[in-house]
Amino acid sequence: MKKVRYTSIDGRGGFYALLGVLGLFILAGLGAAYYMEHNGHWVTGMDNQTVWGLPHVFAVFLIVAASGALNVASIGTVFGKAPYKPLARLSAVLAVALLVGGLVVLLLDLGRPDRLIVAMTYYNFKSIFAWNIILYTGFMGFVAIYLWTMMDRTVRKYYKLAGFTAFIWRLILTTGTGSIFGFLVGRQGYDAAIMAPMFVVMSFSFGLAIFLLVLMAAYDWTGRPLGEALLMRLKNLLGVFVAGALYFVIVFHLTNLYATEHHDWEKFILMGESVHTKVFWLGQVLLGSLVPLGILYSKAGRSRAWIAVASALVILGGFATMWVTIIGGQSFPLVLFPGMEVVSSGYFDDVAYHTYSPSFPELVLGLGGVAVALIAVVVAVKVLNLLPSSLADADVDPHHKG
Amino acid sequence: MSDPKKETMDQGRRRFLGAGAAAAATIAPGVTLMQVASAKPDDQPVSDKNRWGLLIDTTKCASGCDACVQACNEEFNLQPQHGPRTDPHWIRKVEVRDTATGRTFSLPMMCQHCENPPCADVCPTGASFRRDDGIVLVDRHICIGCRYCMMACPYKARSFVHEEIPEEDKNVNAPRGKGCVEACTLCVHRVDKGRQPACVEACNGDGHKAMIFGDLKDPGSEISRELKKYPSTQIRADLRLNPGVFYKGI
Ligand code: SF4
Ligand code: SF4
Repeated sequence: MKKVRYTSIDGRGGFYALLGVLGLFILAGLGAAYYMEHNGHWVTGMDNQTVWGLPHVFAVFLIVAASGALNVASIGTVFGKAPYKPLARLSAVLAVALLVGGLVVLLLDLGRPDRLIVAMTYYNFKSIFAWNIILYTGFMGFVAIYLWTMMDRTVRKYYKLAGFTAFIWRLILTTGTGSIFGFLVGRQGYDAAIMAPMFVVMSFSFGLAIFLLVLMAAYDWTGRPLGEALLMRLKNLLGVFVAGALYFVIVFHLTNLYATEHHDWEKFILMGESVHTKVFWLGQVLLGSLVPLGILYSKAGRSRAWIAVASALVILGGFATMWVTIIGGQSFPLVLFPGMEVVSSGYFDDVAYHTYSPSFPELVLGLGGVAVALIAVVVAVKVLNLLPSSLADADVDPHHKG
Repeated sequence: MSDPKKETMDQGRRRFLGAGAAAAATIAPGVTLMQVASAKPDDQPVSDKNRWGLLIDTTKCASGCDACVQACNEEFNLQPQHGPRTDPHWIRKVEVRDTATGRTFSLPMMCQHCENPPCADVCPTGASFRRDDGIVLVDRHICIGCRYCMMACPYKARSFVHEEIPEEDKNVNAPRGKGCVEACTLCVHRVDKGRQPACVEACNGDGHKAMIFGDLKDPGSEISRELKKYPSTQIRADLRLNPGVFYKGI
């Protein structure tokens, strides 16, 4: 194996055009946030029954994907797989960028985003949310140190330690994110311990899908070589993760079906008439899992274009998953009187399910968060030496027979 | 509802503790004994010697009556703004039918002032909290409007303030503000002055007398005596949050 040379990209016209487009999305997102805050949340689709809406779908997706994006680096460092090592820098930067994007959305959707200081200074240590704030801050810190040990020879000796810490931390972080839902005892859709590990496996799959797209785009647009064998490795890994996540989804619903008190909820999601049933089967299961699996494990999986399609579908499925979890979970009314029926109510307790239609500003805010994540990556690869000049197979894999 | 054993145990223990405190008070000679008054005098600090609660008799609560809801809206000046989905609801009427027997009954639902409130457990800043006397409140000055408490409350007791509250609608009985979460305060401003919550007063005023307010820890209080005499339950008692609001006839 040759020594890997990392260089920054020499952004020309295309680079600035990309910055411009992403910048516009960010501006639009900020505008949307201002509009919603200024008027109050009644201008959104959210209300007192669906209190978390599309912004949370984007935010949680990005945060979950963030920890997954670090996986490529972890496989190289923690599990010592040489071909992944040259990818570690991009993996780390992408992870932090996605996290920042998600947190921005979460923050801007607060009722009082101006109270960020309050959120940072008042802690209720019983709250899993407060723990998450610590986990997120820690994640950024540890990944930054990890990146530093990769890039600075003088601290190289801490590289393993830093990589290991970041890896453990990301596992705790995703468990923490999953637990946000796992602790909601009154909600039929969330009250399950499996939520946390399921989020971990999903994070592998969403994070790798985004990583693959970013990697292919970066190497294609800068005209750097990207080896076939490396890509095959990554896409096979994506297949494993997608299958793993699907497995957890099946177990989640099967265990729910086993518990009588969750039957109505399962019926609602699996064979109900609400949009969530369609999003689940079409979005999460078919387009987000089965089709990408079909692509990745068939002949089509050898083509870059199809790998990109599969990755995009996994991302789409990720959004569908978050939709079903977050919106679907709130759509199902709280069970106040088990075994009885609410005939009428002054406050929507008597409906079959709550409806929610996202407003345009919510979507724009969410996309703004994605743009924040992407612009951070684009700027980082320009100012730092993150990308290997070549990822041709002979350059990265000592065992590659070319 | 499920697990009646746990409930009676808890109630029993509460009564026992209450009785213990009362017994101690009688030992000192010449001291007036237990307070039978149903609320706390203004000059006493909030203490865990009290636990304020409600007992709602669904057999007395009239279907179609919403005197309690109106009283609450008036007390806090909760005005409808952009439609029922986003308007504040601190208390609501619910009509329930027992599918097994066909019996229907009516009841008011509000914050249940849980002893183990999940809203307070999840609140990242500690804005949601439980006072020593059992009243669960939101400190509107440190609430960041994340709505996690609304996700966590099993009773949908909380409202998010979805819009600016016009200056003339602002109310001294509870500070309110756009972007924060709010809920029934058990009329803490009245309780602290030794008065009854507005809903209870309205229900009594209407002659229904379906609600009793009082100190669950005082064995001599009307609410404690009623609870001791007649069967009652808490909504979703199976969640073991031990709400301070009890219901009769469910
Ligand atoms: S009823 Fe809801 S808002 Fe009230 S204390 Fe219980 S969990 Fe909190
Ligand atoms: S909305 Fe306010 S009270 Fe509710 S959990 Fe968030 S900070 Fe706490």
